[in-house]
Amino acid sequence: MDLMVAIYTLFIVVLVVFLGFELISKVPSTLHTPLMSGSNAISGITLLGAIVLVGISETQISQWVAFAAVVMATINVVGGYLVTDRMLDMFKSKDKSK
Amino acid sequence: MMELISYLGYLLATCLFIFGLKRLGSPNTARQGNIISACGMFIGVLSTFIQTGFEGFQLILIGIIVGAVIGVLAAKLVAMTAMPEMVALLNGFGGGSSLLVAFGAYLVAPQIGAVTAVITVVSIVIGGLTLTGSIVAWAKLAGTISTRPFSFFGQQVLNALILLGLIAAIVIFSMDAMSHITLLYAVIGVALVLGVLSVMAIGGGDMPVVIALLNSYSGIAAAAAGSVIGNVLLIVAGLLVGASGLILTSIMCKAMNRSLANVLFGGFGSVSSSSSQSDKDQGEVNPITADDAYFVLEAARSVVIVPGYGMAVAQAQHSVRELGDILEEHGVNVRYAIHPVAGRMPGHMNVLLAESNVPYEQLFEMDDINPIIDNVDVCLVIGANDVVNPDALEDEASPIYGMPIIEVSRSQTVFVMKRSMNPGFAGIQNPLFFKDNTRMLFGDAKESLQALIGEFKE
Repeated sequence: MDLMVAIYTLFIVVLVVFLGFELISKVPSTLHTPLMSGSNAISGITLLGAIVLVGISETQISQWVAFAAVVMATINVVGGYLVTDRMLDMFKSKDKSK
Repeated sequence: MMELISYLGYLLATCLFIFGLKRLGSPNTARQGNIISACGMFIGVLSTFIQTGFEGFQLILIGIIVGAVIGVLAAKLVAMTAMPEMVALLNGFGGGSSLLVAFGAYLVAPQIGAVTAVITVVSIVIGGLTLTGSIVAWAKLAGTISTRPFSFFGQQVLNALILLGLIAAIVIFSMDAMSHITLLYAVIGVALVLGVLSVMAIGGGDMPVVIALLNSYSGIAAAAAGSVIGNVLLIVAGLLVGASGLILTSIMCKAMNRSLANVLFGGFGSVSSSSSQSDKDQGEVNPITADDAYFVLEAARSVVIVPGYGMAVAQAQHSVRELGDILEEHGVNVRYAIHPVAGRMPGHMNVLLAESNVPYEQLFEMDDINPIIDNVDVCLVIGANDVVNPDALEDEASPIYGMPIIEVSRSQTVFVMKRSMNPGFAGIQNPLFFKDNTRMLFGDAKESLQALIGEFKE
């Protein structure tokens, strides 16, 4: 990795970490579970890496590795968002009953 | 040109993730926030296809379809009470995928520089331990394996050796990555074992911390994998998750007044023997029947319900709400007091009570309920144990000393619904059960609640 690229990456790292701290620290405890499962879905972003990997794979073994990565990440993404939505749906339906 | 479009797509996706997370932080906008974040993910995937020129599209599509079917089924079929283990398991898949991405990237192009080599190993280690750690957490939460902390002689030493070994591996690998594929296989194996060992050592009551931490790990693993494969969106989104997971972890630790190191390495079980000598002089428990409990509740003017993991196990949240409604009809002021670490994941009780439609205004956090608890007529403890254990305030020898609790014993009367006198997961006795103003209502929480509801309906 080029040194300048590494430095730029470090800039991003620092800024994003602070942003992440700021975004989350004031969330009420009621929402901790959906927040966690929502951010868990985002961590399935590694799906993008898996997609890139399938594209550049040349050997059989790396292709299988990449394919497994796609499947696992998709489970994380799809399952994560749907589960979160299901939970938040319950939080919302309460307002209607008022 | 395609490169530019895909990067603009990544930028848009980043904005959507940030907006989404921000909106997730408030009850009214949370659902919308989740959908915004999902849109971000979709745009991210699309942009990646544009960047790679749809290379290997067929295989990817098959993978996505397979994963999506499994994901949809898992999300739709899981019961609300099983949510903690579901979230843990999904999280594990994310970690596993990051491991594979970093490993696969090395297989494709093993000639990597020192920095990339280090990050490759980091991604593999964190991804691997997230995978197996989450699976163990899932098994513990689902009750497949014991929730007691499992530790053995020399475990700390072994952990230290593993850590040293991994550092050595990183150094060797960074000097000459190309010729050390065997080493990388070994690292994968060690990472998987490490995940099992470290979560096995943690007790069920500490699960909220562990789940939050594993969530953070999966983000960090994704960010590291992104750095290996050169995808900026992976770095940004992964770190967002990593940072938010860390914050949540520290909130959970604060709620238990313990340091993260203490949770990870201090397994509750290993210290509980020190407090066991105080068990004998605690006196008798006072059992009560649903019949008698009814008369007390009927005369009460304010009732605070304190739910815990036992409520989730008994799936009693609907009965709890039913009883709460009946009490309200009788002119009783009903409030729910929720301890930050009640249950097995952050906010666990809130989800269950939301499922049974308990009004948001009736939910109170620990810090709001404690100042007014002296004026409460009846505290109804349903399947909660450690979060109402007065030892946390009184007994310095207790392993949970210093943890903030809901101080139910200060109210007029405490009813504790409990299956038996077995101590909780941590093996810690609870002197609350022996207090003069405590009455034990033994039996399955759901059945006890139904019996009480029956009394009211007669």
